[in-house]
Amino acid sequence: MTFRKYLVLAAVTVFAAVGDSLLSRGMKELGSVSPQHLSDVILAILNPWVALGIIFLLGFFASYMTALSWADLTYVLPATSLGYVLLALIAKFLLHEHVTLTRWLGILLISAGVGFVTRGPELTHKPYRGSEDHVAEPVSTGAER
Amino acid sequence: MKHAHAWAAIAAIVLASTTGDVLLSRAMKQVGDVGELRRRGGALTVVGRILSNPNFLLGVLAMTLAFYSLLVGLSWADVSVVGPAAAALTFVANALAAKIFLHERVDRRRWIAALLVAGGVALLAA
Repeated sequence: MTFRKYLVLAAVTVFAAVGDSLLSRGMKELGSVSPQHLSDVILAILNPWVALGIIFLLGFFASYMTALSWADLTYVLPATSLGYVLLALIAKFLLHEHVTLTRWLGILLISAGVGFVTRGPELTHKPYRGSEDHVAEPVSTGAER
Repeated sequence: MKHAHAWAAIAAIVLASTTGDVLLSRAMKQVGDVGELRRRGGALTVVGRILSNPNFLLGVLAMTLAFYSLLVGLSWADVSVVGPAAAALTFVANALAAKIFLHERVDRRRWIAALLVAGGVALLAA
């Protein structure tokens, strides 16, 4: 794992959490969409918060695809789940929501999971196509960092 | 009855998003390391290769289905139930699917990570 790859994983995490927060803020501004007027959702992109949120989620998709081009799915998903932690922190410190003890416990479990998976190798099998040089060792040493 | 509906929606979300993740992951392994590819052939080559990959297009289709299942699910149950339940189950389903379809070595370390994250996501909703 190079520094650039950690940066891509960080981008996946931050883009997803910030994008979701922006969408949430924009949709709360718009109020609830009634089932009879589902087409109102299309007009939601005119809201600046929603529009910005969509740009961030496009950034998320691009960095997610980049990460999947050199790492296993079972590595990328847990490694980027820190986004849930970031969301809770945004909820507490920016949106001033109450974060309960159970939620902090959830945050602790997720962080432990992230710590676990990122200490192993990011790729455990040969890619279907592409050069040999970016195939990681299949055996996890646990001492890579 | 509403309860059964909500779980049906959650099952649909988990199935569609796991299918999508597996297809997208397979597509990107076929495309190859994006950073290297961009250095060799430029950004346009990368975009062209991704967009012409059938697995990528099917993956996006599956993700769209997952998104609409989520919208439908949200109309039947609370976001605090559907969101985390679907997310937590998707982590476990993905670990299984990656082992079976992508031949990833899901060792004990990765199983523990997937279960810790799934448990944590479930607690966030509690």
